[in-house]
Amino acid sequence: MTDQELRVSKIESGTVIDHVPGGHALKVLAILDIDGSDGETVSIGMNVPSDKLGRKDVVKVEGHELSQNEVDVISLIASDASINIIRDFDVVEKSRVDRPTTVTDVIACPNRNCITTEDEPVQSKFDVLENGVRCVYCDTIIREDLTDHIDTA
Amino acid sequence: MHREHVLSTKELSRDDIETVLDRAADIAHSGTDRSRYADTILALLFFEPSTRTKMSFDTAMKRLGGTTIDMGSVQSSSVTKGESLADTIRVIEGYADAIVLRHPSEGAAKMASEFADVPIINAGDGAGQHPTQTLLDLHTIRENVGFDDLSIGIMGDLKYGRTVHSLAHALTKIDARQHFISPESLRLPRSVRFDLHEAGANVREHTDLEDVLSTLDVLYVTRIQRERFPDENEYREVAGQYRITEAALEAANDDLIVMHPLPRVDEIAPGVDTTTHARYFEQAHNGVPVRMALLDLLLQGEAQ
Ligand SMILES: [Zn+2]
Repeated sequence: MTDQELRVSKIESGTVIDHVPGGHALKVLAILDIDGSDGETVSIGMNVPSDKLGRKDVVKVEGHELSQNEVDVISLIASDASINIIRDFDVVEKSRVDRPTTVTDVIACPNRNCITTEDEPVQSKFDVLENGVRCVYCDTIIREDLTDHIDTA
Repeated sequence: MHREHVLSTKELSRDDIETVLDRAADIAHSGTDRSRYADTILALLFFEPSTRTKMSFDTAMKRLGGTTIDMGSVQSSSVTKGESLADTIRVIEGYADAIVLRHPSEGAAKMASEFADVPIINAGDGAGQHPTQTLLDLHTIRENVGFDDLSIGIMGDLKYGRTVHSLAHALTKIDARQHFISPESLRLPRSVRFDLHEAGANVREHTDLEDVLSTLDVLYVTRIQRERFPDENEYREVAGQYRITEAALEAANDDLIVMHPLPRVDEIAPGVDTTTHARYFEQAHNGVPVRMALLDLLLQGEAQ
């Protein structure tokens, strides 16, 4: 098996997330709440040379087609990513991620004094800015380390 | 003014602001028809002690002819039994025509508004917003120096001071020149600077009042709290630098007005009280007509 084959080894059905910034593949898996314990077949390529990004990561998940919500969150850390939905070894759908205007219930507000961190029946909600996200409730802006606040539980 | 809730000054337009202030001036001058609000009940939900704001709302509703209910002290209420704010709101909205909420968590009023069909008025949410304080501040500014070509210095704790955050958003709507004067550690938070920048506000930040004092029409002083500093000495040193005295004001414009949301501790020396600059007591008194005006505009629909 050549290097090339290892990197692009085909999956039968599922999702290929391509053009993830180099080194971010594990964060993508964290967003998808995939840690291998459920037996999914997952392959990742990290820091693969790429014309567009210099170095990119590729994530392939067998048997899992991404939901819009999952794509939205991935777009926050990988704005250039492309999503390929695979069925019977064929790409049936190929799309670039699109940054949503808001994301709900996926980021935990880092402001410990925010009402969304209290025991209240309210979901976290963030507006997506050009650079970062902002809590709709307390206005806190997150720019760096966004993935540290992604709540996959 | 068609507005269900009053949560933040960010969502108030200049028109909204002027509508409330015009109505306040009107009320201060000629009062209101008290019979219109004879059946109106305002709930005062204060999860944090605030005698002044609470009494001001209480007075405003009663002067309009209505009544108020409150939940007593937090210690004796169902909050200590672990009831969520959302549940409290869902219950109280069935008792009252509007709810005034003071809560220690940022975003509390916004969340409450999602569980209430009656208007929610934010009377302070943590370090977030305090829009009715801003309205009375603006009333004081407009009555004394007007909004045209306004230059204002805001000094003290700009990081945690919710009155400052609310005021800055509103001053942007009236195109004021805003000078923020504070120690480096207490400058405006990123989220507020972001908004002001996005809104194209005219903003400068300073560490020294001397740099701008002579250009100001208004100096708005806030308290620097002991608990923001790791040790007593550092606090004393910083607090001393941001203290206003009669002598310091000699460099100011004769028409400068000095404001403060009160209570003050020692950031304004008592000697300033008797100068022509002091307006903080007048400012506090303006809380009643301004809150009457706001309640009147919010409740108009239901009280017919
Ligand atoms: Zn928040």
